[in-house]
Amino acid sequence: MNKKSGVTRKQEVWGWAFLAPATILIFVMSFWPMIQAFIMSLKKGPAANMVWQEPLFKNYTRILQDKTFLTSMGNTFLYLIIEVPIMLILAILLAQILNNRDLKFRGGFRTMVFMPCAVSLVSYALIFKSLFATQGLINSALMHLHIISENINWLGTTGTARAVIIMGLIWRWTGYNMVFYLAGLQNIEYSVYEAAKIDGANGWKTFWGITVPLLRPVIVMTFIMSINGTLQLFDESVNLTNGGPSNSTITMSHYIWNQSLGVGVAKFGYASALAFVVFIMVGILAFINLKVGDTRD
Amino acid sequence: MTEERKMNKSAIQRRLIPSYIFLIIVCFISVFPIYWMLTAATNNTYDVSQGKIFFGTHAVENYHALLQRADDTLNFKGGKGLWKIMGNSFLYAGVQTILCIFICSLAGFGFELYHDKKKDRLFGVLLLAMMIPQVATLIPLFRMMSSMKLLNTVYAFILPAISTPFMIMMFRQNSRNFPPDIMEAARLDGLSEIAMFFRMYMPVMKSTYAAAAVITFMNAWNAYMWPRAVMADNRAATMQMLIANLAGGYTVDYGVLMMGVLFCSVPTMVIFFVLQKQFAEGITGSVK
Repeated sequence: MNKKSGVTRKQEVWGWAFLAPATILIFVMSFWPMIQAFIMSLKKGPAANMVWQEPLFKNYTRILQDKTFLTSMGNTFLYLIIEVPIMLILAILLAQILNNRDLKFRGGFRTMVFMPCAVSLVSYALIFKSLFATQGLINSALMHLHIISENINWLGTTGTARAVIIMGLIWRWTGYNMVFYLAGLQNIEYSVYEAAKIDGANGWKTFWGITVPLLRPVIVMTFIMSINGTLQLFDESVNLTNGGPSNSTITMSHYIWNQSLGVGVAKFGYASALAFVVFIMVGILAFINLKVGDTRD
Repeated sequence: MTEERKMNKSAIQRRLIPSYIFLIIVCFISVFPIYWMLTAATNNTYDVSQGKIFFGTHAVENYHALLQRADDTLNFKGGKGLWKIMGNSFLYAGVQTILCIFICSLAGFGFELYHDKKKDRLFGVLLLAMMIPQVATLIPLFRMMSSMKLLNTVYAFILPAISTPFMIMMFRQNSRNFPPDIMEAARLDGLSEIAMFFRMYMPVMKSTYAAAAVITFMNAWNAYMWPRAVMADNRAATMQMLIANLAGGYTVDYGVLMMGVLFCSVPTMVIFFVLQKQFAEGITGSVK
């Protein structure tokens, strides 16, 4: 008895020792900076010599009057509302089609749909920037097909620039999300689909009747991940449009970057307040999602 | 009987025609920009802007221009600049990968195989870190690295990324397949706890390590915001920063830019084609 508790004690110590490095790192590199960001958001002045803001929450009240930040917030939510549903539905649809065992060349199709994940965010942003340049392939193709009579300045016009960012996002992330659904579908007994086929259910019915309900936990997870990712958009805004024309396509992360480590005077206090607002948004949206996704019937 | 089955088969394939058409369109859209990047890297900027979509003859020229651009940013000579930056990216991503999978697997091992109420609760707390946006910790972490004089060193690059809740969770979930009974047996044989990790856990978890390594390497190689903050010295720059700079000037040479994108993409493309299964497993991680 005595000996046994000695062994468990030793194991107990080892157990904690194993998880200590990772835990300490997360506390020092995530939680502690988050607290610091909040403290900094209540301060003002140059980085080396910050003093308390007067009144304390002035950085936060200032946000409401910051037109560029409100634009960046609007942009981010626009990207979110349009891009995420299209991308996820497309991804589930592709997963269902590729899960069909009668389909030929499944592996080849899957590889091709998944391929955009092989290029980095900066790389694909630059590829899209080149494709949609005023003297770029898209314009010359549309000219050859006589769809347009003069070059469109895709990235220099607010509406089209936003559309290009959304297209880019769908292009880069659909295959990525499809991988989750394919993994999820592998857990569903394939016989369920065969039974549905015998019952004469068409593809559309199977999609809404079987695939979507059974994939619900995975869908909730990808939804949270997509929201999280979209709220943090940075690489595309910087490299595709550089936020332009005149900050009309800028995202929140890009704007915070510009306010702190980008060009001009670093406003660490104000930028921290903006960052904290983004943190709250991510938290709220994730919470809502979990609640909605959790309605087990 | 066989006739009937054949008929059935062709009927099934006929019903799948819309699926095939849809897939071909999606695959074309997915692959074309990458194909175009490859062709543009071999064309001069005039041909690229004229919409040429076939391979050209300017690959060598673009390559030399890229070497020159890389040398210029680093004040290097003889085309060594590009390789220095490639080397940087490989070094950072390599070190991050090794440390990340070691630290996170150790934690996953601890959380799952020594679990009790307290550890489970701690795990729940760590998961909250997933909700912290990168931009929120950017400024404090930048100041931390700056005050520790770590800017432009590999430490600044890796420190915030070598322990992530996602990776710990992935190792923890996959540890469920690891039979605790053999640990009891090993203890009776006098094996120490740490030896069990190295000699039993690591070999059994090989496939999880492979998936974790692939995804961590990809993430590190592709990282952009954080390196731009802490690796501002050109000599510490990464490939992502180099190609972003190529697109920054007033006149962009698209052939050279795409040659840069190509160099930046070769490692990740190789990983994608050779280790696609591990990559997919790494992405889905703990979804089981």
